[in-house]
Amino acid sequence: MKIDIILAGVGGQGILSIAATIGLAAVEAGLYLKQAEVHGMSQRGGDVQSHLRLSDKEIASDLIPFGKADMIISVEPMEGLRYLPYLKKDGWLITNTKPFINISNYPDEEKLMAEIKALPNHIALDADSVASELGSVKATNMVVLGAATPFINIDFEKLENAIRTLFGRKGEELVTLNLQAINTGRKFSMEAQK
Amino acid sequence: MQKLLLLGDEAIAQAGIDAGMSGIYAYPGTPSTEITEYVRASKEAREKGIVASWCANEKTAAETALGMSYAGRRTMTCMKHVGLNVAADAFINSSITGANGGIIFLVADDPSMHSSQNEQDSRFYGKFAMIPILEPSNQQEAYDMVHYGFDLSEKFRIPVMIRITTRLAHSRAGVVRKPSREQNKVGLPQNLRQFVLLPAIARKQYKMLVDLQPKFLQESEQSALNVYYEGEDKSMGIIACGLAYNYLMENFPERDIKYPVVKVSQYPLPENHIRRLYEECDSILVLEDGYPIVEEMLKGFLNLGKPIKGRLDGTIARTGELNPNNVGAGLGFVQEETLGIPSLLAPRPPSLCKGCPHIDSFLALNEALDKYARGRVFSDIGCYTLSALPPYESINTCVDMGASITMAKGAADAGLVPAVAVLGDSTFTHSGITGLLDAVNDKSNITVIILDNATTGMTGGQPSSALDKIEDICKGLGVEEEHIRVVKPLRKHHEENLQIFKEEIEYNGVSVIIPRRECIQTLNKRMREKFKEKAKAAGK
Repeated sequence: MKIDIILAGVGGQGILSIAATIGLAAVEAGLYLKQAEVHGMSQRGGDVQSHLRLSDKEIASDLIPFGKADMIISVEPMEGLRYLPYLKKDGWLITNTKPFINISNYPDEEKLMAEIKALPNHIALDADSVASELGSVKATNMVVLGAATPFINIDFEKLENAIRTLFGRKGEELVTLNLQAINTGRKFSMEAQK
Repeated sequence: MQKLLLLGDEAIAQAGIDAGMSGIYAYPGTPSTEITEYVRASKEAREKGIVASWCANEKTAAETALGMSYAGRRTMTCMKHVGLNVAADAFINSSITGANGGIIFLVADDPSMHSSQNEQDSRFYGKFAMIPILEPSNQQEAYDMVHYGFDLSEKFRIPVMIRITTRLAHSRAGVVRKPSREQNKVGLPQNLRQFVLLPAIARKQYKMLVDLQPKFLQESEQSALNVYYEGEDKSMGIIACGLAYNYLMENFPERDIKYPVVKVSQYPLPENHIRRLYEECDSILVLEDGYPIVEEMLKGFLNLGKPIKGRLDGTIARTGELNPNNVGAGLGFVQEETLGIPSLLAPRPPSLCKGCPHIDSFLALNEALDKYARGRVFSDIGCYTLSALPPYESINTCVDMGASITMAKGAADAGLVPAVAVLGDSTFTHSGITGLLDAVNDKSNITVIILDNATTGMTGGQPSSALDKIEDICKGLGVEEEHIRVVKPLRKHHEENLQIFKEEIEYNGVSVIIPRRECIQTLNKRMREKFKEKAKAAGK
């Protein structure tokens, strides 16, 4: 068993919380894990990515080689596309469709969507809207993670447990919100595949 | 034993706590910051009474650590690669004084310059200082090396360098802890002149350092960190240093590598393994993250021996960090074609945060300088360096910590008037004070803008040594009181601030403007915590 995931987004969008959730679940599942993060200058509103590698065997490189990622999980539509060279030809792109616009030359949204839809395997959802409906746009990242869970070969319960552990310190309300978020995202994804 | 999921930086910090370290000293710098942060946040470290300090700069940090070593206790000082330039005087001379309590210089290099102005390789510094260097290939090794490093340091009474790179510093993996060790008791060096580097004593000490070199080599040759792996295909032998070993193995998913490999994680280079590899193989491929230091050593100036491949002959890219692909290409594996990046994508560089006080300062500065020709703003290292990019395009230099004031002075001396220096509060106390003293003593015609956001912002909001001290420091250095102007960088004060900027830029002499408003990131964090506490209190 081996899963290589690229997480993509803009600094501050919470990709490290996605990584931490999967990471914790992976540890509970007894898997090896390596996760390369971006700290420092890029976190100031720049593009950020994280390489997350899970395996039942020891992992060599902290970085995923080009063309080897099983999926890209992106909290922002343009950012997911930035890492396509890492994606396997038959890999999945799971992406939020709501753009985060903090640059003046952000590309045309329709053209962006066309690029996403041109990929054979993709799940695209407006995670911001889903999260807002659930109560807070802060849970957007967990909606996107939820949509990716059908492709992550770890017991869903373990992912839910990870959310309980990670957000437990911040209060029951946040735990409930994030659990709803991951479940809603998951449901969307399962239905999209039918 | 339960595995902890730790960043390389955190593994090193936890190892320090477990290995009987008594103090850790640093100035924040990506990718080394999280080490000291981890110790400062650790309850265990607090209970053990471990001192964990953010210092004014890397030099003060390194010297404080050396003082703790003098007093017999184990200590670590952490910095990014360019931070070692600042601490270089202490570092190089500490190899002559030697150590008493174990001392580790933890230096984090940044190949590919993710958050830095160069990709200098600290192994050169370690070689220059003639001390042992340890270079981990993974988080567990990084953890174990701190224990081993302290032992090595105390065995030979010598500082030890641990060199990591961004990728290891900021990558997480499972780490198993070792049992905790007691801290050393305070104890003076046996020879009370050991640390007195008067020429007569220094000559003896230096001789001792030279005499230790064969012992360091022997240690490297016998170290479990340096391994010779057999291989039947002798057409090529591979030397993989530190993290490079992982990228090599990634190219052999079944681990069926047929070439002999020497994995290097301790320097000086293990001559026994390297010599054997050279003798047995037709050619050598050197894989190392950073500069081609090992490659250059093997090749020599005249390159008369067997073919040595690596960064110098183009087998591996000359610059940038290693990865599985450039190492794979170096091994001769054809790199498969991958999906491309759609051409419509726009770059998304980092930018000043919404609500950042620097924005208001740069808008005022830009307008105040409108009537002069462009190209007269000398800046420094910090978030404000981002003002070089659109839409502000305010600054014209960024070289090293503190170079804003001194370069502005040099340009003003050359006749470029007005000349403006822009730096942050933390950078000012790191390395700006002495430059300002030069300018005051020479009555230079410069305007210094000290952006005071009450924190070290770029690295994530560590406390600033300058807090509440800037005006007093400037006064103490001799800046005229009426030319020390504090403003509040807010949009509603723009006109008023603009006037002050104009006045001080026109003033012929040293003037200091201090735009003062808290970093929006630390402010938000503080408010969130306050809100949480209030909610907690209300709940009870």
